[in-house]
Amino acid sequence: MTAEWQAVWLTLKLATTTTVVLLVLATPLAWWLARSRHWLRQPISAIVAMPLVLPPTVLGFYLLILMGPSGPVGQFTQSLGLGTLPFTFEGLVVASVIYSLPFTVQPLQNAFAGIGERMLEVAGTLGASPWDRFFTVAIPLARPGFLTATVLTFAHTIGEFGVVLMIGGNIPGETKVLSVAIYDHVETLQYAQAHWLAGGMIAFAFLVLLCLYLINGRLGGGEWRP
Amino acid sequence: MAPSARTLFAHPLAALLLLLTPATQAAEVLVAVAANFTDATRALATAFEQQSGHRVRASFASTGTLYAQIAHGAPYEVFLAADQRRPQLAEQQGWTVGGSRFTYARGKLVLWSAEPGRADRGERYLATLTDGHLAIANPLTAPYGLAAQQALTRLQLWSALQERLVRGDSIAQTFQFVATGNAEAGLVAQSQVQNWSGPSGSLWPIPTELYQPIVQQAVLLRRGQDNPAARAWLAFLRSEPARAIIRRHGYDAEPEPEPEPEPEPEHGWRP
Repeated sequence: MTAEWQAVWLTLKLATTTTVVLLVLATPLAWWLARSRHWLRQPISAIVAMPLVLPPTVLGFYLLILMGPSGPVGQFTQSLGLGTLPFTFEGLVVASVIYSLPFTVQPLQNAFAGIGERMLEVAGTLGASPWDRFFTVAIPLARPGFLTATVLTFAHTIGEFGVVLMIGGNIPGETKVLSVAIYDHVETLQYAQAHWLAGGMIAFAFLVLLCLYLINGRLGGGEWRP
Repeated sequence: MAPSARTLFAHPLAALLLLLTPATQAAEVLVAVAANFTDATRALATAFEQQSGHRVRASFASTGTLYAQIAHGAPYEVFLAADQRRPQLAEQQGWTVGGSRFTYARGKLVLWSAEPGRADRGERYLATLTDGHLAIANPLTAPYGLAAQQALTRLQLWSALQERLVRGDSIAQTFQFVATGNAEAGLVAQSQVQNWSGPSGSLWPIPTELYQPIVQQAVLLRRGQDNPAARAWLAFLRSEPARAIIRRHGYDAEPEPEPEPEPEPEHGWRP
């Protein structure tokens, strides 16, 4: 069972890292998308949403080429002395950040858009600087959006499979995440282990979504209603 | 179970289909093929289709993956594995037509790198590998991966190289890892290197005493037992023209050692 726990631990580590990175990157992006009138807003919204539409194999294919030793990203990371990203945990983080981007940006964008101009103007006339307004007014008001974004990003990263299969290389403790471990067990007809992991995932998914609905129901502002 | 003619004709569409496709001509066979044999299969299928008029549809994956699919009722009619273990297991499970199992090719394992000069002195290269990745196929599902594990174990490098190993889902993905340069080198099938149109890179044939022979066996699955195209395809694989194609793709393909006469298409499948 230790190999299984290793996969569970690795998956949680990947999902946590990805979620933290994405919250940092996506918050300013979502804010800009929610408030800007710039003509680039729609094209960038479209780019952000693309991972929802594209097959994971498209992402895996281009990441493998871009991050490989002769790809531009690979050359860059090599020049920094970092080696190449495929088959590494860091490579999976990069892939997951792209793959889960819409699941962070869209709830935040909706939450920011829902705040309305007046609230921020009032804070402004009371002497709050733009940064103050953002951190003391916008972010607290967007709390349900942050909760939704965090949970969805985390859960979606845990469910990642196709990209990992293509760029991960199935290395125990490094890139062999839960979904790949389950796949391996099924392929080798080891159903007992597959049941443990797959059954656990079902319970996990249900509990996470249940908590999300319960808490957002209580906060009164669940903007993500599938 | 084969439905009786009565139940078949009870369905008007089935009757129509039977009228439209004469069973003796131009049938189609669905073949499950181990990933290492991809290029050879394409060449063989072309020759077979021209010669017989039948058609071949092939699915490529690792032997273990295909075995699991067959276990779950995949509609394959012929199984071309990269080992003898899975066809034997399938036979024990009763999924095959008795007496149809035979060796169609013997594979060879090589160390290959897309980089010239890197893998030529393979043993030293492997022993001094401290950086980058070495690709092998997943030993649990891919026979070439198992052979790679055996060879590295015999070289007493298996545990030392654990940190460097990346595992491809099949030998095809393993080769792709090496060909794209994402892995510095890899243990792949000789046939893959031979049929690769890109830069030839560098190669070290793994000494055959380091791994158990890769005996690739074919078997007729129960779903194919009444399909003339399936039997014709297997008979074709044993023919000399087919063996020549297989050899050209980097395999050994000697005629079967047992002193049986060349099987005739109708009666060659003695149990």
